[in-house]
Formats: sequence, C-alpha cells, structure tokens
Amino acid sequence: MALLILIGLPFAAVLLLMIARRAGRRVHMLIAGACSAAGLAVLLSQAEPSLSGRTPMIRIPWMPTAGVDISLWLDPLALLFAGLILGIGLLVIVYADGYLGKDEPTARFLSYLMLFQGAMLGIALSGNVVLMLIFWEMTSLASFLLIGFWRTRVEARRGARMALTITGGGGLALVGGLVLLAKVAGSYDLATILSRGGLVQASPLYPVILILILLGAFTKSAQIPFHAWLPRAMAAPTPVSAYLHSATMVKAGVFLLARLWPVLAGTDWWFLTVAPVGLATMIFGAGVALFRHDLKAILAYSTVSQLGLMVMLLGFGTGAAVAAALFHLLNHAAFKAALFMHAGIIEHETGTRDIRRLGRLATIMPLTATLGVLAAAAMAGVPPLGGFISKEMMLEASVRTGSLLVPALATIAATLSAAYALRYAVVLHIGRAPIGRVMGTAPHDPPARLLAPPAILATIALALGLAPMTLAGPLVEAATATATGGARLGLHLALWHGIGPALILSLSAVAAAILLLWRQEALAPLAARLPSFDARRLFDGAMTATVQGARRLSHLIHVASLQRSLAVLFLVALVLGGEAAGRFGFAAGPRATTPASPVAIMVWMLLVVATLAVVAVERHRYLALVFMGVIGLVMALAFLHLSAPDLALTQIAVEVVTILLMLLALHLLPGRPPRLSSLPRRVRDGAIAAAGGIGAGWLAWAVMTRPAREGIARFHWANSHALGGGANVVNVTLVDFRGFDTLGEISVLAIAGLTIFALLEPAAGGIAGRRLREWRSADRFSPDRHPMMFAVATRLLLPLALLVALHLFLRGHDQPGGGFVAALVVSIAILLQYLASGFDWTDARRRIGEHGLIGLGLAIALATGLGALAFGAPFLTSSVGHVHLPLIGAVELTSAMLFDLGVACVVLGSVTMALAQLAHVAQRAARPDGEDPR
Amino acid sequence: MSLELLVASAIAVLVAAGLYLALRGRTFQLVLGLTLVSYAVNLFLFATGRLVVERPPLWAKGVTDHADPLPQALVLTAIVISFAMTALTVILSLRGFLEIGSDQVDGLAEPGEGA
Repeated sequence: MALLILIGLPFAAVLLLMIARRAGRRVHMLIAGACSAAGLAVLLSQAEPSLSGRTPMIRIPWMPTAGVDISLWLDPLALLFAGLILGIGLLVIVYADGYLGKDEPTARFLSYLMLFQGAMLGIALSGNVVLMLIFWEMTSLASFLLIGFWRTRVEARRGARMALTITGGGGLALVGGLVLLAKVAGSYDLATILSRGGLVQASPLYPVILILILLGAFTKSAQIPFHAWLPRAMAAPTPVSAYLHSATMVKAGVFLLARLWPVLAGTDWWFLTVAPVGLATMIFGAGVALFRHDLKAILAYSTVSQLGLMVMLLGFGTGAAVAAALFHLLNHAAFKAALFMHAGIIEHETGTRDIRRLGRLATIMPLTATLGVLAAAAMAGVPPLGGFISKEMMLEASVRTGSLLVPALATIAATLSAAYALRYAVVLHIGRAPIGRVMGTAPHDPPARLLAPPAILATIALALGLAPMTLAGPLVEAATATATGGARLGLHLALWHGIGPALILSLSAVAAAILLLWRQEALAPLAARLPSFDARRLFDGAMTATVQGARRLSHLIHVASLQRSLAVLFLVALVLGGEAAGRFGFAAGPRATTPASPVAIMVWMLLVVATLAVVAVERHRYLALVFMGVIGLVMALAFLHLSAPDLALTQIAVEVVTILLMLLALHLLPGRPPRLSSLPRRVRDGAIAAAGGIGAGWLAWAVMTRPAREGIARFHWANSHALGGGANVVNVTLVDFRGFDTLGEISVLAIAGLTIFALLEPAAGGIAGRRLREWRSADRFSPDRHPMMFAVATRLLLPLALLVALHLFLRGHDQPGGGFVAALVVSIAILLQYLASGFDWTDARRRIGEHGLIGLGLAIALATGLGALAFGAPFLTSSVGHVHLPLIGAVELTSAMLFDLGVACVVLGSVTMALAQLAHVAQRAARPDGEDPR
Repeated sequence: MSLELLVASAIAVLVAAGLYLALRGRTFQLVLGLTLVSYAVNLFLFATGRLVVERPPLWAKGVTDHADPLPQALVLTAIVISFAMTALTVILSLRGFLEIGSDQVDGLAEPGEGA
C-alpha cells in the first residue's frame, strides 16, 4: 500500500497542479513540494524493511493472461534510486521557486516535473518489465517537455526534438530487448527474470537481447555515440538540467544495467561491450569538458564523462566495481546537482555563463563560491570529499581487471576530470578575468531558496567523504548485493585505504591535472585542431537520410495520378484472380439453369445498351446520368423478378436519391470537359476493363451453376417468425439476427453524413467560396427560382409520401419494406421540398436538424440493444409483443421495430444531410454571411 | 438463354464499363465507374444465393421453397452503404474541385485550370 501511495503521489500532484493552474505560484510550489516531501517520508518509512531484507512489494493483476501485473517492489537498489529521485526532486522544486522568473507558468513547469518524478519512481519500483517500459517511455516524454519548456526558443525546441529522437529510438530498442528477454526467461516478472540468468545467457538470443537492452541504456545515459542530445538538453531551465540531465534521468540507463546485472552481466559479451563504451565515453566527455567555455556545457560534458565512468564500472562485472558505481552514483548526484544549481545562480546574478568572462567570484559571492568550490572539489576527486573515495574505488576496480590498458586509460580520464573540475573551481572563483556585468545590479549571493538547495547538496558531498559508512555504507552494500544477486560484500568505505596502486594513481591524476590546468590555455588551440567527432552532424545526417528515404519511398508508391494507382490495383486483382483460376479451375458447375423469359431478355438488352451508352457519352454528363438512371431501374426490375422485393424497393429509392445527388453535384462541375486520354491509353484501359469484366462474369457464372451449399439460411427461415416475430425474413435478419451488423452499418452511414457536412460546411469560405460566387453570378438559367406548379405539387406530395413511408415502415417486419426504404422515401419527399420551394423556406419549417436525427437514430438503436442487457439477455436481443391499435388492427410490436426506427432516423439524417448540404452550398456562398472574412 | 447467363453477362458488362470509366482522368467519370462496379458487386453478392424466380423470402407456414434471405439482407445494406460511399466520393471530388479548380485525378492538372 505504501508503494502505491509512493508512486501515486507525483501523479496526484500533476492532477492537482492542472486543476489549480490558475492559482498562484505559492500554491503550485506548495503542491509539488508537499507531494515530494510526503513521498520522501513514505520512502523513509519503508527503508528499514527494505534494507533488512523484507522487501516491500505489491502485486495487482492487470493482464493476467499475458503475465503482466502492476507489481511494485522496493529492494535496496530501488530504494537508493528512489531516494535520489525524491530527495533531489524536493531540493530542485525549492530551487526552481527562486530560479523561475515572475511570469513563468509555474503550474506547467511543475506538472511536467512531477510527471517526470512519477515516471522515474516507476522505473525504480517496477517489478514487471512491461510496467518498467511504460515508465521508461514516460521519462523520455517528460524530458522532451521539460527541455522544450521555453517553447519560443529555437535551441530549446531543437534540443527537445533531438533528445526525444535519440532516447525514444533507444526506448524502442529496449522494448524489443526486454520483450525478448521475457520470452527467453519465460516471464515478465522481474524477480523471476533475475533468477534465470543462466537460462538467458545460454540462449542463442542472448547477444541480441544484450545489444538491444544496451541500446536503450546507452541512449538514455548518453554514452558514445548517443551522447549528442545531452549537451543540447542544456537549453532547458537549469533546475531541469540539475534534476533530469545530471542527477536522475540520465542515470536510468545506469540503473537499468545494475537492475539487469544478474541476468546479463558476467559474460565476455557484457565486458567487451559495456566496459569499452563506458571507458571511451569517460575519456571523451572529460576531454571535451576541459575546453568548453559555457558553464553548463562544461557540466554537461562532465556528466557524459561521469556516466561513462559508472557504465564502465558496471561493465567490469565484479561486485566491488558495482559497489563503486553505485557509490559514485550517489556522489555524482550530490555534487553535480549542486554544480548545476551553482551555475544557475551565477547566470542569474551575472547574466552570463561564459567562463572567460567570469572570475574573482569568491570575493563577491562568498557563500556561492564556497559551495561551488566544495562541489567542484568533489568532482575532481580531492580528499576529504566523497568523490575521492569513489574515484579511488574506480581506479582500484580498473587495476583489478588485470589489464594494464584499462587503469592507464582510467587514470587519463581521471586526470582530465580533475582538470576540468579544478578549472571550474579555480578560474571561476579566483581567476583574474573581469566580472561579467550584463545585468544592471552588482552580483551578490542570492536569497536562501536559491542558495540552500545547492548548499545542502554540497554538504552531502562532503559528508559522503567524511562519514561514508554511516551515511551510505549499508545502503550501497545492500544495493550492491541486490544488483549482483549475491551475498553482501562486507563493503568498507573510507578515505584512507592505505597506500596502494589506486591511491598512487588517484593522487598522480590530481597532480597531473594541476599541471594540465596550468597549461590549459596553451593547449586549447591544440585541442581545437584534434579531429573532432561531431555527433551533431552525425545526428543531422541520419535524420536527413531518414526523411529523404521516407520521401523517396512514398514518391515511389504514392503517385499523384489516381488513374495509375487504380490501374495497378486492377491489374493486381486480375493477376491474383487469374492465378486462382489457374489453380482451381473456373469450369461451369452441374446445377440446372433457369430458363429466361422474353421479357427478361429484353430487360437485359436494355441494361447492356444503357451501360454501353454511359461509356459512349461519358463526357456528356447529363446524358450519362440519364442512362445511369436506366441501369438502376433495370437493377430494381431484376431484383423484383428474382424474388427480392425488398431489394427492388431499396434500389429504386436509392436510385432516385443518387441521381438527385449527382444532378446537384453536376450543377457545380464544369459542363463538358475535353477528352484527356490518348487513344492508346484508352485501348489499354479498355483491355484491362474487358479482362476484368470477363473475369467477374465468368466467376459469377461459375458460382451460379454450382448447387448452393446448405448454409445458415435454413436457421433464419425457420426462426424468423418464431423468434423474430416477423415474416419478412430479410427484414428480420437485418434488425434482429444480424442486428449488430446493421448497427455497424448505420454507424458508417452516420459517419459518412457527418463527413459530408464537414466537407461542405467550410466550402463557403476561402477559394472555394469565391469560385462558387463567380459561378452563381454567371448562372443564366431559370430566372424563376421556384415555379409555382412545382412547389404546390411537392407540398401536396409531402403528406402522401410520409404516409407511404409510414406504411412501408410498419409493414416492414412482415412484408417488403422496413426502415431503410421508409427513410429513403421520406428523404426524397423532403428533398423535393428543397428543390421546389428553396432552401430557406424548407429549412425554416424544419423542427429537427440532420445532426439531431443522426444522433437520435444511433441513440435509439443503441438503447434498444442495451435495453436487452437490462433484462439479462445479450446485447440486441429482441422481444415480441402484439398491440391492438384502433382502425389499423393488430400490430406486432417488437423491440426490433424500435431498432428499425433508429435505422430509419440515421438513414434519413444522413441522406438529407448529403443532399441538403449540396443543394445549399452555392446559395450560402452567395450570402453576405458566407463571406470569407479574409 | 438462361437467367444465369443473363445475370453473369450483365455483371461482366457492368464491371467492364465500370473499370473503364474508373480509369478516366476526371472525378465525374470515376464516380460513374465506381457506381457501375458497385451495381455489379451487388448483383454478384445477390447471385451467390442462386437465382430463384418469384418466391420471395416471406415466411408462411409450410413453405420450404424460397429464395435465400441472407444474401438479400447483405445486398440491402450494401446498396445503402454504396450510396453513402458514392455520396461521399461526389462531395469529396466537388470540394476538391472547388478548392483547386480542377476535376482531374491524373496528377497532371494545373491548379486553377478548370475555373
């Protein structure tokens, strides 16, 4: 329970901050600070059981079938990391209060920060790899938001994008790695996975898993060659740099390596990938840091270097090295966060971060200078600070690898680190450079809320050196034991270990660093001439290549010509169909055919002639429409003849509506356009079309000459009356047996109607509106807009049509008819009103709009379906009852009829929406209120 | 001449005409083509229930010889859906025409040409 509270607190803070975003800055600070402090208190209350081996844990089933649980645990490793997150988080919030300007949106800033805090805690506490992955991605997103916090700055946006691309890409690799790992280990549960190291390392997939997971860890922890994002992340406000990009988030990669150490470490693969990358990063980062001039850049590259150090130590694969890494994790968090805050104070006070313009700060800002020197000394590894101990442990571990190269390189890196750290301490505070005076007032020590957090951290950095065993001993020892999955080492942290190779190396590193610093200015041009490894260019190059590749690919498969795409589509269909015909044969079956009556043959001829006529007159648009109407009528006749009266009714109604729609559209399209395609083109298209036609016809012939298989038709027939309460089996099928399908269908119809509205509603403005107005003014036809005869006739027709529709609707369950047809009849009648009497006249007399109808219809249909649930029956189960109405007689009333009413409403709404919008768009454009405001 | 042959050949003619029109370079022909193809598809779906003359699927006691109701129900929804699709295509092409001033879909149109 405590763990749930722990993880819930930051997210609760996010919610509260969003609710109270209009409240004052104090309130925001109070929310974030209180939640962090409460989290820290909860964590401390759990520290004792965690350290004594009674690991607090909680498991809530989430997707039990997939083996994914919401499981949290707080072993010593998680405790160490969570303590870091919450402790530094609290200090950063206090610092941010002093740092952020008066007009900064503190609610937004703090909610991102708390989101990040929650995500980080999630990584630390997750007991399930899927859960961990979710939090892992969340930290990348929070980091993106925080780096880009000052949205108006180009570098901020660019840095945020780069960080997200690199860490997000690494996150993808990590997803693959962890899922593979879980597959091999047979569980998503972290504790189970950690106990199956042998199984995983014996698997042939082990190298793949390792590389993928390392990609995730290295990108997050800014290891070469993925380090480029970290210096660019310095565009973030300094509290963010202190929190995310030095103390916590970048250590998530280190944490992951420590977390998965029992499963992955100990092999040659591990040593040869992790240790060299860490070592290279350590030297590279330190070397670059020495020659930077921006304070934050120095600190950023030094962070890269120190992260490399921790990664290298974990790569060594020994318990002592892990202990050194974890102890350094603490040290680094303390002094680096302090240094970032220190740099922030200096920028705040002097207005610059350029080390060349700063100096003699010790005399002006004594308190700030003291803590800065202290923290920098810890970074340099000077006794008696904690950094000295962890550096000696690092050198000791590198000596223990048995190789000479490793300690030699490690000493070089330590020298460089000490040099940039001493440069930071000496040049800044004692150096002779003039004081940068950018801001009007003289720089001085800042108020307590800016000064206290780094002071606390610097004190911790000192205390970690003076009393390491009391402060960190048990925690580091226990965390090391969990990380290595072994027994406790009997760790002894102390400043004095006696004279050994590590001490000699450590002290000579500091001595060499002093020499180096003395000659730093002389070395600078030399360093500038070194072949530089420009990760930025690498990144930009990769991004450009990706974008161009994607563009080329989409140009390849997506051509501007719809014709060409369709031709390819048709040809593929032909090839596939031909291939199937080749394999299975298309021979006609044995079923007896039905003789055709002379009338049928005549109607068939009508169809063929009309179809050919449409092709022949394709460019005479009105003429083509007339022939389309003929084809539709023939279809209706065919349905009627072939025992499908429902289809015939629907077809006729739809035909009328379709022709009306096209007529309205034609009114707005150019009259008789020139021919576009050349003769060879038309021949080619004709060949494709003929092949398609013959194939389709042949397929139909092959189907119809085979006997029908006994399908589910018998069930529908047998139960239509008994269960569905209707004799019209087609209608019962629609509204009852296959009601769910119909619900889906009317939803599609509703979406189509709304899409049409969305397409035409804005057409009255902009270019489209101007074009519409031009046409309208050129409209020469029909000066008499609404002929009297037409108007009167359609008004008389309306009630009749409504009556017919009602009749069709009510009898639909037993006789041909039903909601679809009834709605179509009503829409035709209403549309005629629009045509005859004008839009405004009709619109003014309408009580319910199309939107309302569509929504109402869907609601009725859904409610009918849900109503069945209320009676304990499955969704859309229908029930039957009989009602005696006066004059009309017995009417079968089924719940399916209510459903049909919903269908009718949606059809009516969608159809009138399409037609009315189309009829209306030109008129609206002509009106002054349709004017384009531009 | 059998009814099956008539229906199959009608499907063939409709598909061929539909495909040809769909390959033209302007929206209106494309819409006509798609409409013809959807007629053919509806007819084909309907024909999978086999052709039965004048025995509509209206239930009555004792009747066992009837048309297959299932393809009919399918085709009924198909007719309405293809109307919705046609309407959407028409409106889409109209809006496109209003915006760019051309009703060509061959990728060659110069903006503003048809205005």
